[in-house]
Amino acid sequence: MSVSQLIEEAYTGLKSLVIGLGVTGKALTQPGVTVLYPMEEVERDNLVTYRGHVELIGKDEDPAVPRCVACGACVKACPSNCITILCPVAAKEGEEAGPVKMGPAPQKGSKTPGEFIVDFSLCSLCGQCAKTCPVDSLQFSDNPYMVSFDRKDFRIDLLARLRRMARDEAVAGE
Amino acid sequence: MQAFDPTALRGDLASARFEPGPTDDKLILSMGPQHPSTHGVLRIMLELDGEYILRAEPVLGYIHRMHEWMAEQKTYMQFMPNMGRVDYLHAMAWNWAYAGAVERLMGVEVPKRAEYIRVAVTELNRISSHLLWWGAYLLDLGAFTPIMYAFDDREIILDILQAVTGSRLTYSYFTIGGVYGDVPADFASRCLAFTRHLRSRLPMYRDLVTDNVILRGRCEDIGVMDVELARRYGATGPCIRGSGAPVDTRRAEPYGVYNRFDFRIPAYTEGDAMARYMVRMDELVTSCDIIDQAVQGLPEGPIQAKVGKTVKPPKGEACYAVEGARGKIIIHVRSDGGPKPYRVKLRAPGFSNLSVFCDLARGTLLADAVSILGSLDLVIPEIDR
Ligand code: SF4
Ligand code: SF4
Repeated sequence: MSVSQLIEEAYTGLKSLVIGLGVTGKALTQPGVTVLYPMEEVERDNLVTYRGHVELIGKDEDPAVPRCVACGACVKACPSNCITILCPVAAKEGEEAGPVKMGPAPQKGSKTPGEFIVDFSLCSLCGQCAKTCPVDSLQFSDNPYMVSFDRKDFRIDLLARLRRMARDEAVAGE
Repeated sequence: MQAFDPTALRGDLASARFEPGPTDDKLILSMGPQHPSTHGVLRIMLELDGEYILRAEPVLGYIHRMHEWMAEQKTYMQFMPNMGRVDYLHAMAWNWAYAGAVERLMGVEVPKRAEYIRVAVTELNRISSHLLWWGAYLLDLGAFTPIMYAFDDREIILDILQAVTGSRLTYSYFTIGGVYGDVPADFASRCLAFTRHLRSRLPMYRDLVTDNVILRGRCEDIGVMDVELARRYGATGPCIRGSGAPVDTRRAEPYGVYNRFDFRIPAYTEGDAMARYMVRMDELVTSCDIIDQAVQGLPEGPIQAKVGKTVKPPKGEACYAVEGARGKIIIHVRSDGGPKPYRVKLRAPGFSNLSVFCDLARGTLLADAVSILGSLDLVIPEIDR
């Protein structure tokens, strides 16, 4: 390799280095874009479109009672079998009314869910359940902060959650 | 106590075909991750002579998740979320290929607005995929900073797509006959602002990386794939476009409304890693052009064609090809008239692209093999399915 080639190589290498440093230097003077999570949180408007686990929507007249009519369509539509809806089983004729048995929705004569549980650890957040619901009773919550050591914590009781949210809302409204 | 005898060590089925010896210079190396639960698990068995590769063989199947079998167990709509998981980097293209195949089977006409939205989100997703490839490839080559810049820009796309689809990575946005929900009112303006922003960033990308002597040294004349080789293996996408054949499904067999847009298909003739790199960098601009046209011409109207609550295509089969970020995606659906598909075949472009690696790696240095592997833009979940 001749001397001129060596110098040329050194020159192009150094030029690359200077240009690279220039880009880095420019980025260094700009404000940071990272959100340092526990100290800062993502802004609210970024979260409203975020899909957390599904939640029930309350009736307009009584937000503590879901619009759900316990038809079981969402259970069937869900690809991952996350939703469990239990309704009281109607007593057969001639049988004496014993303790109320719960069975999977739909049950004859039952128009409200007795239990509505979503297993978030299985959910693929596809939205099939919300799309199939005939009365628009399901939507996605926007809570991204779900952490737990126990898998059972992700079995979410949506009826209890709805009641709690309605109560909180009522308190906040007063 | 028994003495340690290295020849008594037995590997598995893949390594059984790689025997050490006859000279001391020959080395068998298993290149790849150590644990099957890491993401993107690709293992490559290498036979080395010193630092030169004599033989390379990819070992697949570490994240095989039986997507094709799953399709047979689910109804047509229930299979859609799987498409986001096959290729998690360009989920929209897989969404489209599956929705398209079922629509073709049923003879559903997709409303114009839905078609335009599909184009816009797919191209946004393509940019995010290329940006991630760009960062990860340079990470493979030992440059740490670029991925930070790439993710900075990619984050804007994820925010736009989150507002539309609700997800940030594994989208399940398409439905049979349309899209899941309408785009927000500020979608067009956000997309235009993003494409403007990305175009202004590209000169910086070029200065920082593309013109850098180290990158050029590691990419130029490395892994030269001539077009015949690419054809023989069925390599598609940026891999074959880097070898001088400008084949792109969006142009060759236009699907959706791609024939209404005016865009350039980049192609380079060198066939080396640098050419594949340049194709992807140019495709960022191509996608920006398409997005601009799609959101500016976004028509009003419905976003969902009339399809029954339970999707039940008639007996028959259909095939649909889509240009993904990695190449030609084909989905073949066969129906026996029931609510579940009889068979779904997924053709992943990454599989064919990876197959070329055996030929490209032969005779190269080990460090160059990493560069070649990265330049093929492999997404392992898609290859294993
Ligand atoms: S979002 Fe999808 S996976 Fe989750 S509960 Fe609804 S239907 Fe099931
Ligand atoms: S589809 Fe709607 S109404 Fe029917 S059970 Fe599910 S939530 Fe209730």
